[in-house]
Parts: sequence; C-alpha cells; structure tokens
Amino acid sequence: MKNNLSVGFRSAVIFACGLLLAAACARNNSPSQQPGAQNQVLTAPTGATIAVEPEDGQWTMPAKNYASTRFSGLQDINTGNAAVLKLAWSFSTGIVRGHEAAPIIANNMMYIITPYPNVVYAIDLTQPGGPVKWKYESNPASSSQGVACCDVVNRGGVYSDGKIFFNTLDNNTIALDAVTGKEIWKTKVGDINLGESMTMAPLVVKGKVLVGNSGGEFGVRGWLTALNAADGKIAWRAYHTGPDADVLIGPNFHPFYPQDRGKDLGVTSWPADAWKIGGGTMWGWISYDPEQNLIFYGTANPGPWNPDQRPGDNKWTCGIFARDVDTGEARWFYQFTPHDLHDYDSINEQILMDVPINGQTRKVLVRPERNGYFYVMDRTNGQVLSANPFGYITSSKGVDLSSGKLIENEEKKPEVGKVVREICPAAPGAKDWQPSAFSPRTGLVYIPHQNLCMDVEGLEANYIAGTPYVGMNVRMYAGPGGNRGEFLAWDPVKNQKVWAISENFPVWSGALVTAGDVVFYGTMDGWFKALDAKSGTLLWQFKCGSGIIGQPVSYRGPDGKQYIAILAGVGGWSGAIVAGGLDPRDQTAALGFVGAMGDLPDYTTRGGMLYVFALP
Amino acid sequence: MYSRFLSPQEVTQTPLRLCVFLCAFAWTVLFLTSCADRKPVATVAAAQPITRPPGVLRVCADPNNLPFSNQRLEGFENKIADLLAQDLDERVEYTWWAQRRGFFRNTLKAGMCDVVIGVPSGFEMALTTKPYYRSTYVFLSRKDRHVDVKSFDDPALRKLRIGVQIIGDDQSNAPPAHALTRRNIVDNVKGFTLYGDYSQQNPPARIVDAVENGDIDLAIVWGPLAGYFAKQSRVPMEVVPVSPQIDQPFLPFVFDISMGVRRGDQELRDRLDEFLENRRPEIEQILKDYSVPGVEGGSGA
Repeated sequence: MKNNLSVGFRSAVIFACGLLLAAACARNNSPSQQPGAQNQVLTAPTGATIAVEPEDGQWTMPAKNYASTRFSGLQDINTGNAAVLKLAWSFSTGIVRGHEAAPIIANNMMYIITPYPNVVYAIDLTQPGGPVKWKYESNPASSSQGVACCDVVNRGGVYSDGKIFFNTLDNNTIALDAVTGKEIWKTKVGDINLGESMTMAPLVVKGKVLVGNSGGEFGVRGWLTALNAADGKIAWRAYHTGPDADVLIGPNFHPFYPQDRGKDLGVTSWPADAWKIGGGTMWGWISYDPEQNLIFYGTANPGPWNPDQRPGDNKWTCGIFARDVDTGEARWFYQFTPHDLHDYDSINEQILMDVPINGQTRKVLVRPERNGYFYVMDRTNGQVLSANPFGYITSSKGVDLSSGKLIENEEKKPEVGKVVREICPAAPGAKDWQPSAFSPRTGLVYIPHQNLCMDVEGLEANYIAGTPYVGMNVRMYAGPGGNRGEFLAWDPVKNQKVWAISENFPVWSGALVTAGDVVFYGTMDGWFKALDAKSGTLLWQFKCGSGIIGQPVSYRGPDGKQYIAILAGVGGWSGAIVAGGLDPRDQTAALGFVGAMGDLPDYTTRGGMLYVFALP
Repeated sequence: MYSRFLSPQEVTQTPLRLCVFLCAFAWTVLFLTSCADRKPVATVAAAQPITRPPGVLRVCADPNNLPFSNQRLEGFENKIADLLAQDLDERVEYTWWAQRRGFFRNTLKAGMCDVVIGVPSGFEMALTTKPYYRSTYVFLSRKDRHVDVKSFDDPALRKLRIGVQIIGDDQSNAPPAHALTRRNIVDNVKGFTLYGDYSQQNPPARIVDAVENGDIDLAIVWGPLAGYFAKQSRVPMEVVPVSPQIDQPFLPFVFDISMGVRRGDQELRDRLDEFLENRRPEIEQILKDYSVPGVEGGSGA
C-alpha cells in the first residue's frame, strides 16, 4: 500500500509484477498494463501530485496502491447521484468480533479475512448474489485469544500474482491460491507463547511479503519481516530494538537528525537489557516508493516497562523507518515520540505525494500521527518539514522543526501515585490505526480520528498470573466540544483544516475517496456515510447492523457497475465494550477505553457483515 | 513463615488496611463520579443472568501456573477448590485460561465459571469474599550469597543484580519495579515478563530460576511464588519479606487475597464466606504445605 510518485518520477516507477498481472487479467478495466508501465500522474488544484497506476477497477491491497491513497479512480458514483445509493447485496461472516479488514477485489473475486479465527472467504462476483467460491479456515491456536491485546482483529489480506496473503492471530503468514483457496505455504513467524500475535495486513512488494508483530504490552520485541512470496522463506528480519546488526542498520543509514545517529542506539537508549523486552512492534501500515526502492513504516510504543523504568529515548520505538525493500537495510529513521509516556504507537499510515513548498517541489510523506500532529516529511531523508496539530493536544507543546524534537509538556507526565488530568490526546492518540485517504482531485487528506482525553487517577488493585499489584487507572472521555470523534479534511499544502464533521463516537473506520468526489467512512454506531469530498456535505447514509470499524473500498463489478463495499462489525480497542461484552460499570477495562464508550451498546450490537452498495 | 488467616476484626482494624481502604475510597469516588452522568443502559454485556449448574463447582484457573494452579491439579488453589467442592457436596469442573489481561472478562464475567479461587480483596472485576490469606512481596536470594537485604532502603540494592517482574499494562507494574525506580535504581535491574514463555512450565517462575542459576543476585517477587519455588530449589534459598510494607505514599507490597465470584452473585459469595470460616484450619494447612509466606495482621507499617 504505497502511494506514489510525482511528476519527475514517472518513468522510474515499476510496480510489482503480481499487481500488473492482476490488472492485466481483470475484466472490465482499462487497457492492460505491462510491467514497467508508466504511472499516471494526478495533480490536485493545490499542486500536490500523486503517481498511481491507471484505475483498473480492482482493489488488491487495503491501501489501494503503494502510495496508500485509498483513492478510487471510478466516477460513476458522484456527488450528483450518491443520494440514491442502494444496498446491492450483503454477506454475513458469522463472527462477532471487530472487523477491521478491507475487502480485497481481484479478477472478479472478492476476498474477506475475518477476525479470529481468521477465516478467508472467496466470493464469486460474476454470480448473482455473490456465492462463496471457497472458504479457508486457518484454525489459529485458541490460546492466541488470551494473549492478544485489545481485540482479536485482522486488518486484511492482499492479492498479488495469483495469491492471497494474510496473517493469523497466532503468527502464521499464509499464502493461498486465489483461484482454488489451496494453501501454497504457511510460515510461522512469531511465537504466541511469548505474547506475540499478528493483526496487520501484509504488503507485497517485488516478490516480498512484509509483515510485523503485535504484543508490546507483553514484552515482545518488535520486528518487520520479509518473506519470499514464492515459497514463504524468510528473506530478512529487522528488529526495532537492540544492536545495529539486528535492526539492519549499516553504513547506508543516514538519519536527518543527530539524535538518531550513533552506534547501537537501540541498546544505549535503554537501561541495561531493557531493550530485550522493549516493544516497538509493527502492526500498522507500510508504504512503498518505487523510485527510491524504499518502504516506509512506523513502530509501536516501548514496553512493557513504565516510562520511569526505561530512561532514555527507547530507540527505535514510536518512530518511522525508511528501508531498502530488497535487503531490509535501514536508510533513515525519525522518532515522533522519543521516550513515549502515553502509549502513542507510531503505526499509522503514511501517504506518499509531492507537494510544492516555498516554490520547490518536495517528495514527501504525510502522516496524521497518533500524538496529534500532521507530519509532512521529506521522504528522501526523513526531515520534518512541518508538524501542525490536527487534533487537540496538551501532552506536548509542538515540534521543534530545527531539531526535529517533540516538545513534551512536563505537566502531563504520568507518574505512579500522581493524579494527572486532561492528557490529550488519550492513549489511542488523536488518530489510531484507521487509515486516511487522499484525493488528487480535491487535494485533501481525509482523516478519520478521535477526540479523546484521559485522566490518570486513583489506584486499582489488579491481578495477573497469580500476582497482585496496584496500578493507576486510566479514564478516557471526550475532548473539547464533547464529540468523541471527527472526520476531517486537511490540505497538506496549506497545512490546515478545511472542514470537519463531528461524530459522537471515535471514527474508527478507514476512509475511501473516489474520482466522483465522494468520500466514504463509517461510524461506530453503524452509519455508513457518503460526503461531498469538496465541502463535507452529507450526501447519503445507511445504517448497518453493527458498528463500523472496517475499511471501505470501491470496485467495478463484472457487470460494469461501480460498487462500494464495507465490512461492519464493531469491536477493536474502542469497540471492545460491545465485541468483548465488557461491563460498562468497569470504567478502566480495555485500558480505560470503556469509560469513554459506555453508551455504545445503546446504539449497536455486534456481528460481522459485508455490505455492498451501488446505484440503482 | 506461615500463612495466616485474617479475622474480620483484623480486616477492619489493622493499620495495614489503610492502603486498601484508600484504594477502595478512590474506586468509590471514581465509580460514583462516572456513574453520575450516565443513563442506565441495557447492555450486551449484561445479558441474561447466569445460573450455576446443579452439583457442579465451576472454577476458572490458569492451566500452567504453580504454585497457584495447573491442569494436573497440583496447585494450592486446586487443593482449595477440592476442599470447597467437598464442602458444597459438588464436583469441580475447570475452565482453563491463561491468567492474563482479559482473564476475568473471558471467564468469570462471560459465565464460563462461577468461582476464581484467588483474587485481591476488593478487586473491581469480581465480587470478593473475606480475605483468606495475606501475603507479601519478598526478597529472594541464594543463601550462599549472603545478600541479607531486608529493606528497599538498603544501599546494597544499588550494586546487586536485581530481578523484577514486569506486567506492562499501561501505568501499572509490579510494585517492586516502582519502588526501585523511585530510588533511582534502574541500570542494575533486569526485567522478567510475568507472562514468560507459555510453552514452558509455570512461566512466571523463570525469575526464581535466574536466582538459582546465579544470573541475578536477588529477585523481588510475590511471596507465594517465591516460597514455593524456594522450597523446590536445589540450592538453599533465603526468603525475606520486603520492608516497608507500604512504600509511601501508597505503594503496597502486602495484599489480602480472597475468592472471587461474579458481581451480583451474592448468594454464592456468602456461601464461600461460610466455607472459609468453617474450613479455616484445613485451608491454613494447605497454604502452609505450599510455603505461602504469611504476614502478621498487626505488624503493618
């Protein structure tokens, strides 16, 4: 899922062969491409450009493309007719946990990966009503439920070169034959017994399947691993703590800021051996820039130590790596949140684009980050060009652009036994994993996010593995305005908010924007909405059977029509109160999120269901 | 060292209760505050009431965590469950689930069982009985090392290689880790995740192995774990209760342990309280057999 290239690069762009083949094979699409085909450069009125493959009517990876735009070039559904969208068909997954995955569409088939127990459904789009062509049950270890943090979600699979790739909660990466559902390979990449689990969607680049682990709360050491798409063998693994050799840091590592330079910082920025169980997992999004042959992705928070038990910057947690996709070698790194105090994992998506800045075209990546800042970074070297707040922030006072350092607010530093109120954003950040979209027609980034603050107060007795202890309890609540969520349109050139829609609950679904200038997202109380991408005006909405935390996609069906698909099924961290049946009287369950979500069961119940919409 | 039962008088009178009292106060305030602005909700969580099947004592327990419980029924909580079943004239049925975050949500609260044999008294996720034992965190070392540390204020702690257990819930950790950090003792501290490697036996016990092997000089661990494995150890071990019992302002090292049932299951809770009273000598004997370090009720900080 990567996004792309600007004007200058177009000739250099080479996409993964699989993607091209997929495109070439698909019916009803634009002229077939050959490997090495040129990307289409799309320029927004603001001067921001992306380079993406011509629209082929498919959706083969959750972010749509390597630039991670989540932009569909289809335009049959537009601002003039979206109001009459109708439900075309639906499909129940039979599973009640949180459904975060994007449906994947390739060669007139749709593929759905469910949360635990990670069933894969292949739906034949050429037949009326979308019958199941095959079903694959991965049967993960049932004990994996007990060790998975938060909820047993899965963020989806990816189609490449005739195969479907996905991860299971118990740490298997699996390749299936997309036509038959037959297992081609299955590789165990982590150990559930050590607290590792997997929830992220892989990215396939140049014959490598890129996957990362979850479980920082359990003392897991984070990594990103590349497996050969052909046989499932591990090609390389890069850890996110420890000696340079493990992190794949070598002579070609040139971070922009001095604080990220030095030998073995993954060891020396921690006390003693604390890095060995230091967290920095990788359960979010990866983008790819073919011109530089680099992947970009962020790392999760340090753990499981409390902040005062791990003095130092705790590298390489809560930051972003650029790596050579062939070797895994690190090229640069930037730390959004050194020595994280608030659980601000940096696993969010990055969208690759070129933007005019002070009269120059800069190759950038943009990231609405968990700590509340919208980062615009030079993707060739990791320099922070700007970092303006898009959410309400009290935990820090800004980013010093000369040093690249986050300016922490000492008053909001949590300590055991000390009551600290109004830490904003709360632990899930101003924005969590839920991915944004970018339209090259409007020039806007569409950001689904939350508006939550937290108090760290009081003490609670707790009990793990026979051991009692007392911890601070965390209570979350709506930030300024009283709305817990917001859907925001942001101009990455002017670096400012253009419009925003307040939502009662955190907006925990992804965003989709189309060439018809319609932007889609879902709410946790079950409304699937279409807005005018320019103005934010609500054009249409549909109430789904369960809350929405999935990722909307768009595709062209075998009948030539444009469809919009979304998985409903509330859950995830924020929706755990419904999916996990948590007791709303227990304010601190799900790490304090229940306190902020106590009324969710009034609005929705659980249950995974795919909804597909079209014009009549 | 011996395990010691608490009488209801002790529960209300000992200075030690101060901490738990304070905590309870904090919870109450929080609970009241947070409920005040919420309308009653018909929740998915509060589905239909769960009824206990007749003749069966349904217990949720960790299948792999001695000295507390395991699937071979070798833990002291297994023995206490047997005794309880006998007292109720029922048979024990186990639901096994690793006791980690989500344990209570997925087991007791999900209706998969009716009793958890050990929970901290006043625990928010359950309705708890009167406490049936009180134990403490301890300093654990090899006798032949002559470590001789009795207090967190001993300067020797700055030089020794110390092991603590790490929980990793945000803003929560085992109290010894906090006590050391407050004293700026950081670099000589090694962390062992309480979760360990679940494919091995009794994963939380790796910290005791590290003392035995000499990888660390001193471990600071919860008493029942230390007491049991110290006794099993091939080398003689020293088990010393930590001091102070409450590290000011309010970091406790001593906890009362109760049985837990679902909130609302008053009837079963009352019955368990009766059991704890009636079978007190036998329960004390079980705890003694497992070398659970006790704490004198009146010796609080």
